[in-house]
Order: sequence, then C-alpha cells, then structure tokens
Amino acid sequence: MSRKQKRLALISGAVGFVSLAVLLVLFAFSQAVAYFYVPGDLAKAKLAPGTRIRLGGLVATGSVQRAAGTQVHFTVTDTIGAVPVTYDGILPDLFREGQGVVAEGRLTADGGFAADTVLAKHDETYMPKDVADRLKAQGVTLGGQETIR
Amino acid sequence: MIVELGHYALVLALATALLQCLLPLVGVLTSDPALMRTGTNAAYAGFGLTLLAFCALATAYVTSDFSVVNVFENSHSQIPVIYRFSGVWGNHEGSMLLWLLILSFFSALVAFFGSHLPERLKALVLSVQAALAAAFALFVLATSNPFLRLDPAPGEGRDLNPVLQDVGLAIHPPLLYLGYVGFSVCFSFAVAALIDGRIDAAWARWVRPWALMAWSFLTVGIAMGSYWAYYELGWGGWWFWDPVENASFMPWLAGTALLHSALVMEKREALKIWTVLLAILTFSLSLLGTFLVRSGVLTSVHAFATDPRRGVFILAILVIVIGGALSLFALRAGTLKAGGLFAPISREGALVLNNLILTTATATVLIGTLYPLVLETLTGAKISVGPPFFNLTFGLLMMPLLFVVPFGPMLAWKRGDLAGAAERLLTSALLALLVGAVVLYGAWGGPILAPFIIALGVFLMLGALAEPAFRAGFGKLGFMLALRRLRGLPRSTFGTAFAHFGLGVTLIGIVCATAYQTEAIVEMRPGQTIEAGGYSLTFDGLRPAAGPNYSEERGHFSLRKGGVDAGEVWSSKRVYTARRMPTTEAGIRTFGFSQLYVSLGDSKEDGAVVVRIWWKPWVLCIWLGALLMFAGGAVSLSDRRLRIGVPARSRQRPIQAVEAGE
Repeated sequence: MSRKQKRLALISGAVGFVSLAVLLVLFAFSQAVAYFYVPGDLAKAKLAPGTRIRLGGLVATGSVQRAAGTQVHFTVTDTIGAVPVTYDGILPDLFREGQGVVAEGRLTADGGFAADTVLAKHDETYMPKDVADRLKAQGVTLGGQETIR
Repeated sequence: MIVELGHYALVLALATALLQCLLPLVGVLTSDPALMRTGTNAAYAGFGLTLLAFCALATAYVTSDFSVVNVFENSHSQIPVIYRFSGVWGNHEGSMLLWLLILSFFSALVAFFGSHLPERLKALVLSVQAALAAAFALFVLATSNPFLRLDPAPGEGRDLNPVLQDVGLAIHPPLLYLGYVGFSVCFSFAVAALIDGRIDAAWARWVRPWALMAWSFLTVGIAMGSYWAYYELGWGGWWFWDPVENASFMPWLAGTALLHSALVMEKREALKIWTVLLAILTFSLSLLGTFLVRSGVLTSVHAFATDPRRGVFILAILVIVIGGALSLFALRAGTLKAGGLFAPISREGALVLNNLILTTATATVLIGTLYPLVLETLTGAKISVGPPFFNLTFGLLMMPLLFVVPFGPMLAWKRGDLAGAAERLLTSALLALLVGAVVLYGAWGGPILAPFIIALGVFLMLGALAEPAFRAGFGKLGFMLALRRLRGLPRSTFGTAFAHFGLGVTLIGIVCATAYQTEAIVEMRPGQTIEAGGYSLTFDGLRPAAGPNYSEERGHFSLRKGGVDAGEVWSSKRVYTARRMPTTEAGIRTFGFSQLYVSLGDSKEDGAVVVRIWWKPWVLCIWLGALLMFAGGAVSLSDRRLRIGVPARSRQRPIQAVEAGE
C-alpha cells in the first residue's frame, strides 16, 4: 500500500469507529437516562406507566409505613403534589420523615411509584441541590436541611 | 503563630512561583543560561515553602487548634489522631493545598532529575509548571484560604464527616493527586516543546517516565477510592459512574493512551503531533476533574462546599490553561514533520488502534458526564446519566480493545505478522475458551455473556504471559537457556506483561462480581439463619458498643459451611456523637478472592432487623488487578532505559546530544 492508501485506511477506520461510538451514545441517551421530576411537575407531565424517572421531594411526615418483611411505603411530596412510593430494601442511613429524598424507579399504572433505589443526603449520587432548587422554586423552605460539606 | 507562619509561607510560595515562571522564560528568550538555571532553585524553594504551609495546617489539625476556621469546621478533639491528620485534606481548602503541594513536589522532581535535559527545555518546563503553581496558589489564597482565624476561638470543632473518618481518606486523595497532578509534568513538557519548537523521539523518552509514574499512582488512587466506597458506603457497590469518579477516570483513560502513543513516538518518531496533543488533553482532563469536583457544579460527597467564586476562578484557570495550550498547539502543530512509516498490521498499528479506542471511550465518558450539566443549563431539564448509559457505550466500545491487547506486543514494529502472532497466542486462546466453556457449563442458566468475557479475561492474562515467554524462547530452546534469556529481557517487557495481566484480572473480577453475585434482603430475628454463597449465616442479635467518638449497635453473625464453623461477621449501625450522624459499617469477610458482605438496615420494634447480604465472588480481583497494573508501571519505571534522569550516554553532553539528533 502506498502512503496515501495507508493514511486513507487509517482515517476511514477511525471515522467508522467514531461513528459507531456516536450512534451508541445517541441510542443510550434515548434509552438509558432518567429524567428528574418533583411530584408537582409529574402530574402535569402525564408520563406513561413504566417510564423510568427520578423522583425528588420531601418524605411526607407520618407517611412511612413498614410492611411485612422488607417492604416500605412512603409518600414523596413537594406540597403541590404527592406520590405514593413503594420500595423493597434497606433505606439509606439519613432517610427521615420531613427531609429530602431522591428515588429512582418506574411509574406504576395506579399513579404510584415503584422505587428500586432510594438516595438521601450524603450518598454519593444524591443531589440535594436539585430537590432544593425545585422546591425553592415552588416556595417550600427545607427545614433542617444540612448540606454535606 | 505557626498558622501565620504557614500563611506567610504560602504567600512566599506564590511569589516564588511567579519568579520561577518569569525568570527562566526571560532566560530562554535572551539566551541567558544563568537566568535559565534559576528555575531549579526556585522549584526547590517553592516546594519547601508549600511544604511548610502544609505542615503548619497539619499542626493546627493535629493539635486541634479551633481558632482556625478551617480546623473548627472540619475537625473535633475526640477524633483519633490519624484522622485528625488526614482531615487536613478532608475539606475543600486543605485538599486544594495538598493539590498545590503535590504540584510543587513534581516541579522539584523535574528540577532534581532533569540535569540531563537540554537547558532551554528544562527552563521552559519549570516555567510552565510554575505558571500552574502560581494560578493555584492564587486560587487558594484568594478564595480558599485555610489559614483564616476565628476570634474568639470556639471550644470544640464541628467534626469531620464520619464517612471520611477512615484510613481510606488517609490514602486515597494523596495517591489520586499524585496521579492527577503528575500529568502536569507531561503537560509542561508538551507546552515547553511547543514553545521551543523542537519535538523529537528524545522528547518522548523524557516524558514517558513521568507519564508512567502519574499513571501508576492514578491507577492505585482510583482503585483505592473504589475499594473505600465499597466497604464504607455499605451498599456493596464499587463503581457508580458518579461524575466525580468519571472525573478521575477520564485522565486515566487518556493517560493510558498517552503512555502507548509516547512509546510509538520514542521508538519510531511517528504520532508526534498526536502524542503532544494527548499530553495536553490528559492534564486538561485532570483540570476539568478538579473543576467539576471543587467548583460545586456537582453535588456529591466529594464536593465539600459550594461557593460560586471558586467555580468561576477554577473555570478561568481551566480556560486560560487549556485554551492557551491548545492555541499554541494549533499554531505550532503544522511545523512538526510526520515521522516513520508503518503498515496497518504492525506494533504501531496496534498502538494506534489502542489510542483510537481509548480516546473514543474517554469522549463517551466525557459526554455522559457533561451532558446533564449542559442540558440543565440550556433547557432546565434535569436528567441522571447512570450505569446503564456507560455500560452500553463505554463497555461496548472497550471490548474490541481488550481482545486486541495480547496481539499488540506480539507484532513487530513497522510491519507485523498477524498470522504469526495468532499462532503464538493459539495456546492462550484455546485455554481461555476452555475456561469459558467450564464456566458456561458450571453456571448454566446464568448471564449468557459472562463466560465469554471471563474467557476474554483469561486470554488477556495468558496472552500477557505468552509474550515474555515467547521472547525468551520457551518451547523452542532448552528450559534452562530460556530461563536465562527470560532474566535478560528488559524490565519494561515485564512491566507490560504485569499491566496487561492485571487488566485481565480486573476484568474477571468485574464480570464475576457483577454477573454471579447473589443478594438477599431479609428481615432477621436473633437465631434465624440464611444461606449465601454456600455459607449459612446465623444472626445472634444486636449488642451496643462505643468507640472514641461514636456509639453503635453491632450485629453478630456466625458463619458455618457444611455444618462446620467458618468464623463470624460483625456489622453495625453507628451514630457519630458530634453531628448525630448515622452510618452503616458493613461486615465483610474474605474467602480467597471472594467476599461475604453484610449490611444492617433498620431494626423494628419486635427485635427484627432488616439485613442485606451479598455474596461477591472473585470481587477482590478488581482491585488486585489494579495493583498488578501499578506493579507493571513500577517495574517499567525501574527499567534502565526509562529511569528518570538517565539516559546515561547523553549525560555528559546533554546539549550536543540533542543537536546531533536533529
């Protein structure tokens, strides 16, 4: 192969691989990311049951019920809307009634939310800022919200 | 008094950095050797002064001097002394000071080991290093000063975040920074060479040891952070694709690419422009990581404080440094001549493929990390890009690279023999397939891809061993002769073998721990028993206990295997007194390379406790592989041809040697 042909082979190989990567990224963005909602916006958004989202808000005071085994029920609220959440597993150390929480999971057909991950406060993927921003926009002040330093 | 001394030392360090930046540069412009040489002593002085500042802050921490705001906010007199010390970098201000300390440490290392460098190049490298140091010293003094006092002094501190009260904090950040910041040397070499306008194979030989050192430290730094998160956070995960983790992973990927392309440049004088660009990009990604973590753009356990001034300041540094370097690159890249020719199937070709895949993979991680930030800024929509995204993009893109790795070292420079390489790897491939088949049979009904990836991991391990074995002539020559030849092989051959072997080990650990882990979340009462990974765990109940600055409820579990006693596991729920902050301390018991991981949840009124139990087969391989990669880097560094401060031949006549090479 001449120098030109070699360079052409190299460049076309690179372009091919990078295009593959671009397609993968686009596909993954359409499939594998979760949007963040607070209960008030969720009612307006009219999402289909089964949609994967992140739900953020406050754990409604008095709403936490431990059912048989490891099942937990609680309500996430932003004072405008409220969504009943079911979760099967261990809640994070800093999960408290009246404090911020982010749950990731799917919407159920009856308007509830089945969480498979619950994050609170110092957990690494938790984003208290998101909740705080949204809630502040809706006029809710966060009592006892200690940001992690 | 000591604190003020530290403060003063830091101001002097800034002044020294400015001198170190300007004097050698003027020396180069006016061809004044005396001015050029000032960089060396300035670098030593800068390091000494920064070290003094750091020691002053450390003293304030160890003696619990709460009149210092930074100590008051992040320490407590009841914390054990080692955590009081490591608490120095357990907060934003102190951690930036550590960053600066390591930066000036690397400047001093360049000054010390750079005696063989051409004087112009050395002066320019030290000047660029000093520019970085000055920018960050100014950042610390202007926006994140750890030496500010409180009056009156409070009696007690606000405590260090309990999650950070761990040996992990003592080890992980310094190692990570040694890696992160170590790439600054490669960056400075790149910028210096661009200013000087001379880039040849010798440049790559000078840069490679630094890249290798930074890469090795970054490897263990990331691995340590991963293991720390694994045992400390109590959710059994070891990698979350958290933006902050990605911030350290991107320089690692780019640095890995840099190591390999510098090899091509050193041996064949090809890929010059690309290697210089990679050196700039790698450190740019380090800076981007620092910006993401330190600016408060991301909120996570790593983002200690959010102050918009800091974000803007680091962003300004980022834009000037990266923008300046890339502009210089754009200006000078055209004048660089392309180097040696090579066929697509050759060692160079394989290394180009390595670079193509690694940089594309880095780009996908970068996009996944930044896209949510960009989207939120533009549209206000908030999304989370998590493991599903990265597994699909990064995971899939890396697979071909893993398959190609064993072939690379088997191919000759310039023109390789693919059939010959395949023939030499045949035994490894067959053995790997055999292992894969056994796993497939043994774990029938499990994830279908896992056995194939395990086979790939075994292929990587055996392929890594096959290369030195082939070069020594095992199988062709007599065993004793081959053994003698093996001992005569250059160290870097073993370095490569170690690192590639480690990659295979990590891959196997990842696949086994992901595909074959078992998880049970159950409610247990004292006396109840549950099965996990072939062991039966009996919960014996909770007992209260107390540590120096916390109280805890410890759950005790007895282990049995096949009716025989197999030890015990403790797992506890702690409450740290100063902040009333609860944490979970996972109980971990190691069996060979596998681990049993027990985490406690809430206890109920009737004495039952929710318990989460994982069996994590081969999980230790993940970090063991990283240690092997580190060992590979260390072995390569000890190679006579690569050692920093050598090449011995050109030592007496450094300048002439370079001129001869032109």
